[in-house]
Amino acid sequence: MSGAGAGTSAEAEAEAGAGAAAGLAGARERWVRTGGIELCVAELGDPAQPTVLLVHGYPDSKEVWSEVARGLADRFHVVLYDVRGCGRSTAPQPLRGGFTLEKLTDDFLAVADAVSPDHPVHLVGHDWGSVQGWEFATVRRTEGRIATFTSMSGPSLDHFGHWIKKRTVRPTPRRAAQLLNQSAKSWYVYMLHTPVLPELAWKGPLGKRWPKILQRVEKVPGGDYPTASLPTDAAHGAWLYRDNVLPRLRRPRADAYAHCPVQLITPTGDAFLSPRLYDDLEQWAPHLVRRTLPAKHWVPRTRPDQLVSWIGEFITAKEEGDPARQVVANGAYADRFGGQLVLVTGAAGGIGRATAFAFAEAGARVIAVDRDAEGAARTAEMSRLIGAPQAWAEVVDVSDETAMEKLADKVHAEYGTVDVLVNNAGIGLSGSFLQTGTEDWKKVLDVNLWGVIHGCRIFGRRMADRGQGGHIVNTASAAAFQPSKLLPAYSTSKAAVLMLSECLRAELAGQGIGVSAICPGLVNTGITSTARFTGVSADEEKRRQARAARLYGLRNYPPEKVADAILRAVVRNQAVVPVTPEARGAHLLSRFAPRVLRALARFEPRL
Amino acid sequence: MASVTSATPPGAAGELTAGLRGFREVQRLAYACAEAVAAQLKPGVTERAAARMQREWLRERGVRDWFHLPFAWFGDRTAFVNFRVPLQFFPTHRELEPGMAFILDMAPIHNGYTADIGYSGCLGLNPVHDRLLADLEAHRELILREVRERRPLREIYADVDRLMVRQGYANRHRAYPFGVIAHKVDRVRQRRWSPTLFGFGTRSLRGLASDALHGHRDGWSPLWSPYRFSDHPPQPGLWAVEPHLGFRGTGAKFEEILVVTDSKDPQESAFWLDDDLPHVRRRQEEKAA
Repeated sequence: MSGAGAGTSAEAEAEAGAGAAAGLAGARERWVRTGGIELCVAELGDPAQPTVLLVHGYPDSKEVWSEVARGLADRFHVVLYDVRGCGRSTAPQPLRGGFTLEKLTDDFLAVADAVSPDHPVHLVGHDWGSVQGWEFATVRRTEGRIATFTSMSGPSLDHFGHWIKKRTVRPTPRRAAQLLNQSAKSWYVYMLHTPVLPELAWKGPLGKRWPKILQRVEKVPGGDYPTASLPTDAAHGAWLYRDNVLPRLRRPRADAYAHCPVQLITPTGDAFLSPRLYDDLEQWAPHLVRRTLPAKHWVPRTRPDQLVSWIGEFITAKEEGDPARQVVANGAYADRFGGQLVLVTGAAGGIGRATAFAFAEAGARVIAVDRDAEGAARTAEMSRLIGAPQAWAEVVDVSDETAMEKLADKVHAEYGTVDVLVNNAGIGLSGSFLQTGTEDWKKVLDVNLWGVIHGCRIFGRRMADRGQGGHIVNTASAAAFQPSKLLPAYSTSKAAVLMLSECLRAELAGQGIGVSAICPGLVNTGITSTARFTGVSADEEKRRQARAARLYGLRNYPPEKVADAILRAVVRNQAVVPVTPEARGAHLLSRFAPRVLRALARFEPRL
Repeated sequence: MASVTSATPPGAAGELTAGLRGFREVQRLAYACAEAVAAQLKPGVTERAAARMQREWLRERGVRDWFHLPFAWFGDRTAFVNFRVPLQFFPTHRELEPGMAFILDMAPIHNGYTADIGYSGCLGLNPVHDRLLADLEAHRELILREVRERRPLREIYADVDRLMVRQGYANRHRAYPFGVIAHKVDRVRQRRWSPTLFGFGTRSLRGLASDALHGHRDGWSPLWSPYRFSDHPPQPGLWAVEPHLGFRGTGAKFEEILVVTDSKDPQESAFWLDDDLPHVRRRQEEKAA
């Protein structure tokens, strides 16, 4: 097929094409003729660079990729095309039987041969684009034409067929539940198999309301998408299901092994596909790279930056011949945080440093912020050694608003928008209320509360403005819900942080930004040896610091475990996370028996 | 700094007393064993095999008694990840893999002289391990400097601990029995039969116990630990010092003998028995490069 169908009929009409291709400013457009169909192909970027071929899903047209294409265009030769029957491509006649995967493979080969005759292309597919992509990546006749395949939200119908078979033939309770869960999610597949009705719906009310539905349910930002051709695209696309789903699920191919490296991006909130579908994928695609994204189905619209970063990284690794990167991140949640930008304050030691290291092990890019320049530099340096592709140290006092603003500007300009912000910097202060002076109060509130406020306000705003989700972690303390006559100022500051986090969580929930408050409890860190003790002489203060450090040392709860809890909290989007057993106990008591805690508050341990 | 850390004992090396020469020889023998065994390690070798290789190498060269039998730790066991009970120190069936860090630790007794050494290496490239080894140098300098200042051992221990935290590491010698960073070694009378108990030579254990007994009366201890019984200035004698760094699944240590004397001269009051050891040479080569 590759030779016959590759007759490119149209000239590259750069200007005309740019005008016509809505949402793809600057794209060069041309038509590729194949099997009696004309496919509308758009190109961006330098054709000398590696070619990335983006295939859209149902009921989209190539414009679904506009943000991602723009992001990739400065490094790659980006090619998009409207699948037959969609957008500005023509539809087969008759429709029935015109959308089989075999014919779609012909289309793909024709486009690939037209845009990149000499080199294999990097294939990226979303939804039905990915379903097709799996077909392309697993059939023999495309071997050598695909360099890599990035799949999102679209399983191979063959793999899906085997998946169902495995679960129906030997249904354990878990497998049965998985099957039921996916069957419920596939309601629209059954609907699309009814004759005529879907077409009527799409050309009637559904087509009109679809953009609003996407905005409301999927949080897809408006703009140039979906295009005006949506009703016809969707009506034609129904044949994708009718021509392929039943035959393939009934008789899945047994040899559907990928012949190129595959990267799988799984949105965890996908309403149509269960993440469990990909459980056995390694058997079909060896050396599979897994990524997970806390987002809904339409990730090319809602998370373009993250996709650009992952696709770019994957392609570059392949193009550069898989250079044995000295360090490969293999920590927990590497699929989730790989390549993300994480900023941690108070990163020169204790929980902050351990958190930076944990994110580094997960392959995140780390910005270690602290007042202590040497310590922050050390954290950044060690982060690079254990998996962070990049890490930087920044010296900032979190209580200084101007400095934080400056830092945010710098970070934004040089490294991008922060994906995960960990407001961890804090200082300790012990001493009764009447012995705590105004200065002490100011100092504690400045760092522990204002530091968090500045962080959330300055970085959180940028996160919200970008509109692509994110997460904020604030380190509060078990002292936030456990009163004590020893720590009035510290506890007050931390209680404020806890409440601030919970309010902010409510506010940012609608924008896909999670907020977690971490309440560690007694953790063996340096905070004890630098904590202020009010109302005592310098010598006595030193003695108490040493004593507190010793007590915390005896308890010996490592900051690494808190770091693990922080990563888990981000992945699960937990609201309040008490970490040590005593913190969990206190949290429980604060809800069910606050009087016990109040009684305990009067107790004064000998320091 | 250079003058402090130079481990040159009083006068030239040749002027070591016969006793010290004996200790130095056995320490060199042990390091030679570690290097020979390390050179033979390859993917798939187990900790047990590595420990056996050390034992056999030293047996062939006349070692009959042990302060403790050779240990080998591979991979995250070098950082004592999840070590709870002392039995976990003993070599296991863990296999060596490319890029893995390893530690060989042995304490042979030869002609009545004891050595106790630790050798860190890795199979192929491991940037974290390289960094750990480089950072151990600061500890070697710190320990010698503070021992010469006659600071209480417990305080030196705390300073080592602080330096480790500043460097971003976890203190792993804390996992040793009594959390010791060092212990005294001494001459052992040779007998035909030298049984071991839980991997430790009974004769050396007896020596340590009698030291502990005498020390207890005079207010010192043969174990250098973070506890109150180490709250005394360095006791003259030979100390096998073993700072051990751990960093997220990779660990590195060295162990060598520090000679402490009762000399008033700071240079002579403490010095490393030998400066011609693999970890010291490695640093000198790095500096030269």
